[in-house]
Amino acid sequence: MTTAQKDFSVIREEFPILNQKVNGHPLIYFDNAATTQKPAIVIKNLGAYYLINNSNIHRGAHTLADRATGMFEATRKAVQAFINAPEAEECIFTKGVTEGINLVAQTWGRKFLQEGDEVIITYMEHHSNIVPWQMICEEKGAILKVVPIFENGELDLEAYKNLLSARTKLVSCVWASNALGTINPIKEIIDLAHQNEAVVLIDGAQAGSHIPIDVQAMDMDFLVLSGHKLYGPTGLGVLYGKRALLEAMPPYQGGGEMIREVSFSGTTYNDIPFKFEAGTPNIADVIAFKYALEFVNQIGKETIIEFENSLLNRFVAGIDSLNTKFGSNRIKLIGTAANKVAVQSFTIEGKHHFDIGMMLDAKGIAVRTGHHCTQPLMDFYKIEGTVRASFAFYNTLKEVDVLLEALEKIASR
Amino acid sequence: MTTTEIQDEIIDDFSLFDEDMESKLFYLMDLGKKLPAMPSEHQTENYIVKGCQSKVWLFPVFEDGKLFFEADSNTEITKGLVSLLIKVWSGKTPEEIMATDLYFIEKIGMSRMIGSQRSNGFSSMIKQIKMYAFALLSKENN
Repeated sequence: MTTAQKDFSVIREEFPILNQKVNGHPLIYFDNAATTQKPAIVIKNLGAYYLINNSNIHRGAHTLADRATGMFEATRKAVQAFINAPEAEECIFTKGVTEGINLVAQTWGRKFLQEGDEVIITYMEHHSNIVPWQMICEEKGAILKVVPIFENGELDLEAYKNLLSARTKLVSCVWASNALGTINPIKEIIDLAHQNEAVVLIDGAQAGSHIPIDVQAMDMDFLVLSGHKLYGPTGLGVLYGKRALLEAMPPYQGGGEMIREVSFSGTTYNDIPFKFEAGTPNIADVIAFKYALEFVNQIGKETIIEFENSLLNRFVAGIDSLNTKFGSNRIKLIGTAANKVAVQSFTIEGKHHFDIGMMLDAKGIAVRTGHHCTQPLMDFYKIEGTVRASFAFYNTLKEVDVLLEALEKIASR
Repeated sequence: MTTTEIQDEIIDDFSLFDEDMESKLFYLMDLGKKLPAMPSEHQTENYIVKGCQSKVWLFPVFEDGKLFFEADSNTEITKGLVSLLIKVWSGKTPEEIMATDLYFIEKIGMSRMIGSQRSNGFSSMIKQIKMYAFALLSKENN
């Protein structure tokens, strides 16, 4: 066992949920792209908030309210550092990535998109980065353009360049594909868009837990992140936006917290981030999220990537040798880009992904099956769906071997 | 045999597997393979019971006051369950079908295949059969 593997086996112990049996077998959790498990420190602090500090924030002149407000805003600062944002105020808490994208579509889009304008997305977007744009484009008479991909799951950058024009107002692109694992060259995508004076939104749902983030170095306009895919609680996400953009946008929802003054003759709005955080926010989860970010920082993204890649490589090599054994490509890998996060989709000849998922579950192995909310992408590959194994740093090489063994049995049947 | 007797027999068969989910699934898939082939002219959009992940084709025949079913599925496990449902309900009167308390699915450890899981055509199939039975009953009563 290498030092890295030994260290990660210690880190694994911080995830109490992994220590259980499912259908009589030790749980092997390979559905990390859907949601990651939570370290004990996050769970503990989630509970501690309700046990000790529960109070509404940004109001109440009492000690508990002060404490809760301080902890809530401390997470905002932690997020700022995590993505290297210039200001904490540019980090808005949302319900998740879906809400973040809808927020931008419904505020920035509603104000700035006009008839004939173009919005560019890619073929590998999650439905949550397709539908909000379809909705606002339809409303505004704007046109949605889609960047094609190659068979291996990489973006066709030449086609992207050709789609860009003076009519392009916004580009919304996934950083790492949830179905394929492809890491897109977002710096290049952003720079090209900026040369055309288009604004860029980056969907960091999958990238957040794997790739180091520097919104300034990348010159990101908007970035959306998910809390629960980053070892944090569910129902929580982050929208980063450049101050000038956020200030130019109208509010998303009306209510408490987002106002400066309200009268029946009119209302003035609060400054960012509060302008976009109407109502009592998800205080407990935001507070606990800080501990998830610290947990990831302590390990370090580079270390995480290196180890997760070893899991992915073991899996891909294992499938290759199974296919050699079968004498045919019975297990087909979907998504074979050169630069990937630790996500691998595949299909097995003559087997339905639903059956494969059920049979793996019978062995205690949790994977995702289906279209992964990327139906256009499935249409591109002319398949109904895939089985997707997605790895995290608490997984082990041995677990990958158990999956490979189970797949050999299924494919041989 | 009554629907209750048939269900008890199925539960008895599955009790051999105890908690071994894998063997249970293999057995289900084998049962599915034994399901008589559904004529392809009946495997059309009109007779599809859609789920997000698995599809079921269901073709009902009403003869001598009894309902008979031809069925198929695109997934092997669902097809196995479909074969069990047909075992319970095919050849029964609409009254018997409407009155059935369908408890065998849960008892053989397959409760996830019914209920709120929109992913499964099997759940929709149960509703569909009950709808046929209900429609026939209403027609008889009019």
